[in-house]
Amino acid sequence: MIPRPRPERFRLRRSMMFMNAQKPGLIKDAYIYGVDSIMLDLEDAVAENQKDAARFSLYHALKTIDYGDTEVIVRINGLDTPHWQEDIRVCVAGGADGIRIAKCESAQDVLTVEKAVEEAEKEFGVEVGRTLLMAALESPKGILNAYEICAASPRMFGVAISGGDFRKCMQTKPTVSGVDMLVARGQMLIAARAAGVQCFDTVFTDLDDTEGFLAEVRQNKEMGFDGKSLINPKQIRPVHEIFAPTEKEVAQAEAWVSAFREAQAKGIGVFTVNGKMVDVAFIPGAERTLKLAKACGMYEGDLV
Amino acid sequence: MKNAVGRDIPESLLTNGREVYQGKNYMDGKYMQKAAPKTRRYEKPQESKIVDSIVDALKAVGARSGMTFSFHHHLRNGDFVVNMVMQAAIEELGLDEITIAATSLGEAHDPVAQYIEDGKVVAIQTSGIRGKIGEVVSAGKLKTPAIIRSHGGRPRAIEAGEVHIDIAVVAAPTSDCVGNCRGIGGKSNCGSLGYAMTDAKYADHVIVVTDCLVDFPNMPASVEAIDVDAVVVVDSIGNPKKIASAAARISQNPRDLMMAENVAKVIASTPYFKDGFSFQTGVGGPSLAANLFLEQEMNKRGIKMGWAIGGICGPMVEMLKKGLVGKVIDVQDFDLDAVNSINQTPGHYEMSASQYANPANKGAFVNKLDFVVLAALEIDTGFNVNVLTGSDGVLRGAPGGHPDTAAGSKCCIIVTPLVRGRMATVCKNVVTVTTPGDCVDVLVTDYGIAVNPLRPDLIQCLDEAGIPHVTIESLQEKAYSLVGTPDDLEWEDKVVAVLEARDGTILDVVRKIKPVKL
Repeated sequence: MIPRPRPERFRLRRSMMFMNAQKPGLIKDAYIYGVDSIMLDLEDAVAENQKDAARFSLYHALKTIDYGDTEVIVRINGLDTPHWQEDIRVCVAGGADGIRIAKCESAQDVLTVEKAVEEAEKEFGVEVGRTLLMAALESPKGILNAYEICAASPRMFGVAISGGDFRKCMQTKPTVSGVDMLVARGQMLIAARAAGVQCFDTVFTDLDDTEGFLAEVRQNKEMGFDGKSLINPKQIRPVHEIFAPTEKEVAQAEAWVSAFREAQAKGIGVFTVNGKMVDVAFIPGAERTLKLAKACGMYEGDLV
Repeated sequence: MKNAVGRDIPESLLTNGREVYQGKNYMDGKYMQKAAPKTRRYEKPQESKIVDSIVDALKAVGARSGMTFSFHHHLRNGDFVVNMVMQAAIEELGLDEITIAATSLGEAHDPVAQYIEDGKVVAIQTSGIRGKIGEVVSAGKLKTPAIIRSHGGRPRAIEAGEVHIDIAVVAAPTSDCVGNCRGIGGKSNCGSLGYAMTDAKYADHVIVVTDCLVDFPNMPASVEAIDVDAVVVVDSIGNPKKIASAAARISQNPRDLMMAENVAKVIASTPYFKDGFSFQTGVGGPSLAANLFLEQEMNKRGIKMGWAIGGICGPMVEMLKKGLVGKVIDVQDFDLDAVNSINQTPGHYEMSASQYANPANKGAFVNKLDFVVLAALEIDTGFNVNVLTGSDGVLRGAPGGHPDTAAGSKCCIIVTPLVRGRMATVCKNVVTVTTPGDCVDVLVTDYGIAVNPLRPDLIQCLDEAGIPHVTIESLQEKAYSLVGTPDDLEWEDKVVAVLEARDGTILDVVRKIKPVKL
């Protein structure tokens, strides 16, 4: 049995790769590709009459495979199905780091899942509060209620939009510019930041359209997303490259953080670095840049 | 007697000055006496050497029991010629005590297994041994142990007279009436005829079997009429579909691509990666995909490859056409793109097996190689590689040019997944050592990279480039933790195959496997 460390609510999640929980060949060592989080799917990838088999496969994987530093999240079936309660029991019993709530539309949906998770934690002797939650917004109603969803529980670490279902509801198709989901993405981002949780973009399904994929990832970064959902390992590296800070940003962040630490020790609040005034407000962002740089192999110092 | 890779070689094999493997370059500087063939003079002008049938050709060259017949494997799994010649020799002429000396044998030659069981074929010397032949030899049914040699070791043994070819059979996609042969221009094209070249020069007699007779002179000839005794025209020398595959495609498997990318990174981290470098890669998934990522690294650095050798297939021809590689020289072509390019695309040349890989000549191409990327069935913690025997101990592989390129190159990279199904590829002890660990420099797996401790210079290169690497022991432990520790194979005493190192010493033996009892 593989013990997993207590999940971190806020960690680096540039890439979350979906894989069918029923495919042992895929899930046995998905961590080798260097993805930040893997998303084992019990929902759409699994046929209706295979849900139970997929749960067995998932439980076995969680209990026997050492995923190391890679976060393991499970996408459970929607609350309108007969599967989600049993899905939650399996996730908690197996020790998944987090659960992705499919088709989430309200704070109540989060609370409903949270209650079932807590019951499962008690049932299986898992520390109460260990299992994290994230919500997938797949409908206009979900987007409109984004803030209350993000803020519904201290277990919530983030929110993601699911393009397929959302576009269906909106009667739109994917566009090159991303205008079809611009408002939804923007609203979700604002809600996530307001609630202090992370925000992830939807999958890009045309594996042959490399240019389209790169353009979308660049836009994701510019809009302020923390990461992107992926469907193939070959999408991981481009995402990590695009989400990486520039060398200039890293150097600046390093200078700010070290100057801040020095100033703090001397009891100074505001100081200048290379002629620019810097105060405490700049520091969390600079620290985030350094953490990201460290994950990208661009920073080896010990400030973070 | 234990050899330099720790394998116990029976004293009974160490006769006639035969030694056990002593390590890389042990024979360097020694002299050898080359063996010349005894050939017939054809002083009186001949209009044509065409005879009616293979039987007639065999009669014409005086085929008899006890002789050694040589074959080459350019027609790969599509080859009809080995079976046709053996059938004529054994069933029609009633010959026995036959030795087959082939550059490789595969599933296409399954009918030969019966001749082994019948005791007609009593000895086999080959690089590759697969299919039913591998099974019957492993079951101890061949009268004498099979001798397995690398592609460079074979021309060395031929030139040294350790194997004397009585009759060489050349399977020729085209020939003229006197035996000038080419690998293209016919209906069963295979491109290069590099493996047949040394055989034709050192055999007492040479028979050409073709299915496409062309006008004299068939130029430029790979095998020349001056060495040929007889030409036979048959309906078909092979199945074109199995001779050369359609264009080899670069794998889309993310695991292969990830390993290939790491191979390219390792290459780019070394001092040998500079303008004009030389390269060989295999045709397996991650080996072939290395081309793709190497091209990216070359573009990044603004450099070009000087030359590539092989086994060649489409992606390398593509790089030649794009001007990214100066020259491509090959002994064999694996797909139609390569077949249609050799001696056609400027810069794409043919070479003999001796010129490619022979350790005993005065400088084979492998000795000038900077990088080679190779696969492995197994690799152990001593970096010894097995590409011959399966995890069940049965012969089902081919050293090919593996030991030659590994020994000659400055940087030999093995790329393989850590496990295959329930089999640990990285293990404590390979079943058979086909390439000794002192020739292998870097191992790239899907679970990490390991550098041979014999190469601290390469370890430093990887460190400076920020490429993470681990010990090979930790990879082996990871493999065993995933699939379990394999039980040792159980062998009988009988040696069924002798694995010759490329220099002619004995690297390992394969014994008869005990039948599995469940």
